[in-house]
Amino acid sequence: MTGPGDIAYDVAHLLGGAMLLVGFVMLGQRRIGALIAALAAQGVLLALAAFWQGHVQAAPQLYLTGLIALLAKGIAIPLVLHRLAGELPPPLRTEAPGRMGAGLVLGVGLVGLAMLVVVPATTGAGALARVDLSMALSILLLGALMMVTRRSALAHVAGLLTIENGLILAAVGVAGMPLVVELSAGGLVLVVALIAGVFARQMRERFASLDPGVLDRHRGEGR
Amino acid sequence: MSLATALILLPLLGAALLAALPRVAPLLNIAISAACLVLALLLLAGPLPYGEGWLRADALSVSLVVLAGIVGLGTAIFSWRDIEGEGFDTARTRFYHAAFQGFMATHFLALLSDNLGIMWVAIEAGTLACVLMVGLHRTPAAIEAAWKFFILCGFGIALALFGIIVLALAAAPHLPHGDLRLSAAALREIAPLAEPGLLNLAFVFLLVGFGTKAGLVPLHSWLPDAHAEGPTPIAAVLSGLLLNSAMLGILRGEAIVAAHPGSWAPGGFLIGMGVASLLLAGVTLWRRRDAKRLFGWSSIEHMGIAAIAFGLGGPAGNMAGILHLWGHSLLKSAAFFAIGRAARLKGGQRMDQIGGLARSHPALGWGLVLVMVGLAGLPPASLFASEWMLAVALGREAPWLLLPYVLGLLVAALALLHAMQRLCLGPPTPDAAPGPAGWATLAPIWCNLALAVILAIALPAPLRALLRDAAQVLG
Repeated sequence: MTGPGDIAYDVAHLLGGAMLLVGFVMLGQRRIGALIAALAAQGVLLALAAFWQGHVQAAPQLYLTGLIALLAKGIAIPLVLHRLAGELPPPLRTEAPGRMGAGLVLGVGLVGLAMLVVVPATTGAGALARVDLSMALSILLLGALMMVTRRSALAHVAGLLTIENGLILAAVGVAGMPLVVELSAGGLVLVVALIAGVFARQMRERFASLDPGVLDRHRGEGR
Repeated sequence: MSLATALILLPLLGAALLAALPRVAPLLNIAISAACLVLALLLLAGPLPYGEGWLRADALSVSLVVLAGIVGLGTAIFSWRDIEGEGFDTARTRFYHAAFQGFMATHFLALLSDNLGIMWVAIEAGTLACVLMVGLHRTPAAIEAAWKFFILCGFGIALALFGIIVLALAAAPHLPHGDLRLSAAALREIAPLAEPGLLNLAFVFLLVGFGTKAGLVPLHSWLPDAHAEGPTPIAAVLSGLLLNSAMLGILRGEAIVAAHPGSWAPGGFLIGMGVASLLLAGVTLWRRRDAKRLFGWSSIEHMGIAAIAFGLGGPAGNMAGILHLWGHSLLKSAAFFAIGRAARLKGGQRMDQIGGLARSHPALGWGLVLVMVGLAGLPPASLFASEWMLAVALGREAPWLLLPYVLGLLVAALALLHAMQRLCLGPPTPDAAPGPAGWATLAPIWCNLALAVILAIALPAPLRALLRDAAQVLG
């Protein structure tokens, strides 16, 4: 994989770019249901990216990584989140308007920042590694932004999963990355989502809301 | 099976046993922790560094493993009586014991792993165990604390993994064998050949990622809540152990990046975050009304001091840093044992509910007095020694840092002494649940105190050699 014009490079670039685009879709999405659907789409794209890298690098373990991404992030976790969202009262299924535009602008800024940070730092690495890394970092930062700007606990979980997607994209792009990390990361994501689901459920039972903001008054020092 | 493997498998097996045998769980928990401490000491007796597959024990990791064994045993003894008072049902008590040993297994794995990927997985798994234990009370405040802990540390640990991936990318041209690309030892050897830009990028992410877990400012906000709302033994292991493994993650990254002459000097970043932590914690300590949050903030202060020491580097700075981690873990776990018991006796952990402990419960109260004096950095405990060593090293190498350092130490120390006066001296507040402090509380407090004093005034020669070797590992 050398650079533009090479099919291996172009497809990897396309899949990474599509994941980034879906990241922006999630950032601009007010309805929780649509947010989860976009998360599933990003999971499927991640799986495709892993399969493609497995093919290009002739590294069969990446097929396994792709399979985990497909089953966990493309199907299982979105289904669980969807069920949790379905149990919410309808007004809570939509984020308040007014924050989305600023979020998108910030998102563009973060992608610029990722490019500025990664590109000068990786002059010696191959073109693919450079672009791959900056796209992965962009996705990671978009996930972080979503966790900061959203109020719903489900959106926080979606943000955390976006961050994990960016990480796995970075990991599969590095040729010869040992398998263990990807496998464990994939496995841990399941646990993470499980715990998040449990907390969301508990919070809903106690406060009939998925908005962690209502917890603020429970901060310990008697506010 | 090697000792290092046994040390990881034993608590794992213990977790399964504890889940299966809830009736004898408290005593079994102590027995397993004691066996782990024996294994840790045996590991110390063997030749170092010692490597086997993904595991590698050097003086730095073994010194932290022994410390973990001591704090783990103290916590197991303390929880024997304490956990009865938490009011958990059988299922939650069973879960608590299993998760505690599960956490110990992940902690030992994080310390002994040479593979940065496995270290990352171990720290993340340990965090998940802690998150579940912090939320165990299921009160709104406990859920808020666990949620914040989970979200912030989940984000932080993700950044750390990104840093590790970048390190592997930097190593790729120089290490043909895939598995070695995540080996801390191999990475350090080839670091002078790697591209400095990638190393710098990796370190920034490792610092921010593991720095979140170590509670360094500005990424600290999960720490006081998580310490205050979980069961007391968990606060003790969070402060005494989890922060150390996160700091070790930063130090491994620092050692790799600093091995390249053309990289940014990573120490400056550590010193910056350390000074910010020290100053912010020093000011914030004055405003605490909750005793466990007070000690949570004190952990931020002490991790800040350790970060300054490691950032300064050199034999003196590194030695001060490691001694500081030892002193802090011993004293802070003792502080949580004491305040946890006091909160149980007085019926609450607000500082105005606890007062005059030294008069109403002399053994507990005077223990807490000495612990808090130690945490304030006064003699005879070892934090005084490490803070003094660091001050001397700073005076020699970066005198301009002395002003914020001494200012931070003074403000924090006065705040802690003020709090100590309120909690321990003066007229006692009424007991909500009268009773003795109990030897299961007093024994770990006074043992940890004694160890912290021995560290300061009569450091045994083998331990001195171990700490010196550990400082040398860092370069």
